[in-house]
Amino acid sequence: MGKHIVILGSGTAGTMTANRLRRAYDESELRITVVDQDDSHVYQPGLLFVPFGLAQPHALVRSRPHQLHDGVDYRRARIDRVDLDARTVYFAVGGWIAYDVLVVATGARLLPEETEGLTGPGWGENVLTFYDLPGAVGLHHALERFEGGRVVVDVADMPVKCPVAPLEFAFLADWYFQRRGIRDRVELTYATPLDGAFTKPVAAKALSGLLERKGIELVTEFTLGEVDGKGGRLVSYDEREVPFDLAVVVPLHGGAEYVERSPGLGDELGFVPVDPHTLQLPDRPEVFAIGDAAGLSASKAGSVAHFEGEVLVRNIGRFLAGQPLDGSFDGHANCFVETGFHRALLIDFNYDTEPLPGHFPGPVGLPLMKESHAAHLGKLAFEWLYWHSLLPGRELPGIGSAMPERGKIHLPA
Amino acid sequence: MPTATYDGTLVPVDDEGFFTEPERWTEPMGEQIAKELGIDTLTDRHWTVIRFMREQYAAKGTGPTVRVLGKTSGVSVKELYQLFPKGPAKTAAKIAGIPKPRGCI
Ligand SMILES: Cc1cc2nc3c(=O)[nH]c(=O)nc-3n(C[C@H](O)[C@H](O)[C@H](O)COP(=O)(O)OP(=O)(O)OC[C@H]3O[C@@H](n4cnc5c(N)ncnc54)[C@H](O)[C@@H]3O)c2cc1C
Repeated sequence: MGKHIVILGSGTAGTMTANRLRRAYDESELRITVVDQDDSHVYQPGLLFVPFGLAQPHALVRSRPHQLHDGVDYRRARIDRVDLDARTVYFAVGGWIAYDVLVVATGARLLPEETEGLTGPGWGENVLTFYDLPGAVGLHHALERFEGGRVVVDVADMPVKCPVAPLEFAFLADWYFQRRGIRDRVELTYATPLDGAFTKPVAAKALSGLLERKGIELVTEFTLGEVDGKGGRLVSYDEREVPFDLAVVVPLHGGAEYVERSPGLGDELGFVPVDPHTLQLPDRPEVFAIGDAAGLSASKAGSVAHFEGEVLVRNIGRFLAGQPLDGSFDGHANCFVETGFHRALLIDFNYDTEPLPGHFPGPVGLPLMKESHAAHLGKLAFEWLYWHSLLPGRELPGIGSAMPERGKIHLPA
Repeated sequence: MPTATYDGTLVPVDDEGFFTEPERWTEPMGEQIAKELGIDTLTDRHWTVIRFMREQYAAKGTGPTVRVLGKTSGVSVKELYQLFPKGPAKTAAKIAGIPKPRGCI
């Protein structure tokens, strides 16, 4: 009997990892078990479109076990804790599973209750989030009822998954209200804890330019301290206020709860502080983390999980063979930013290189940092690719883990 | 590389004025930086945060974010903003003589 790999979480990262490993190893060499607490896999990028009636909620959900290749064991259970010394995972309802290699892929958890007032009066009525399916559906109804007033899109604090999604929401809201013919009755504000529309200077400049052109006010360095749903006010820790009739809030994120109950596994926020290049937990060579669960200064995005996956599978192989790890993840992220009116712009970056203009993946390809209809089509095509190519663990031809340099134009900020 | 003079000593800093060589920092330098940032007196509570920033930097290679500070330094986020009104993580990092905390993207 071969080694036993246990993968915690069967979302984007866990499913891809299990399938990639299954393709690479025979069942006699490697037993693979995936654990998740529920059976509904939600295509999260689709949540952006639900509030605007551009995606149907039920169409975003598929069975988790059906996304796993034959020969991968699926175990539905809530994880209670991991004992790193005993190499054992304990389940909430009782029972346990032992591992030779552990992959933590339990993603990020929304923590709305950690912000004062956020889940108080108004929550689900005039204060909503589109970061989970019920929230996105609630927001769809709230937008349909909305006849004018102040709308604020607010990111409570970093890190959040898909840091461009809130910006996309603001762009699409501008488009949505124009289409309904009430844009002149809506004041749109984008509030962020960052000192610009995005972290990296070249992209921040381009994206804040877009906000300005679309008449969306930008409020920076706004860390959400309190939500007053009744009074319609967001209050930052430095006591600035943003008034609203409808607040779209991206709540604080943390890692899965069980990580906090597992000594030595997580950091202060419940993320797993693995090595940024090997994805291996220092001092625990048999433990890896991938996707949103990893405490890295990379974006929390499905694309990042995909690029990490290539490195992870190679590293696990080398670890099992007793060889030193050589896989080096560079922080590569690649995001389509939907900008409304059937256009999108593509950004591509890594730990060291900020999003730059040019083309992707080479000198001939999709334009970077520039709105185009082609990028919008790319964003829409991504859903098909997700279910049929990324989750099954296939590589995308011509697009590897390492960020491509060819095609990028280096500009001073 | 830009430089700054604190407590009569020339030290290298980055474009935004953060120390690039934290080992060159001294407490009197911290006091002078604080004054320049509008904090006239550094209380014990300020020093709790400043020392914590330096320890975290030494251990992890980056200063903590406000949220992590609020969870681990023993000073709540609310109080952090009272102590360092213009963004605690960045202000405290500057006073503590460590590089700008790496944000998340
Ligand atoms: C609105 C929105 C838009 C987005 N748009 C994009 C985009 O355009 N492009 C892009 O690349 N990314 C996008 N993302 C981000 C992307 O969806 C995530 O980064 C990706 O899903 C991360 O995968 P993951 O496997 O790490 O986490 P998840 O896919 O969230 O999976 C984590 C899994 O762990 C399970 N789990 C957690 N705790 C436990 C427990 N205790 N016991 C058992 N199981 C547990 C959960 O049930 C879940 O299945 C978007 C996200 C959102 C919210």
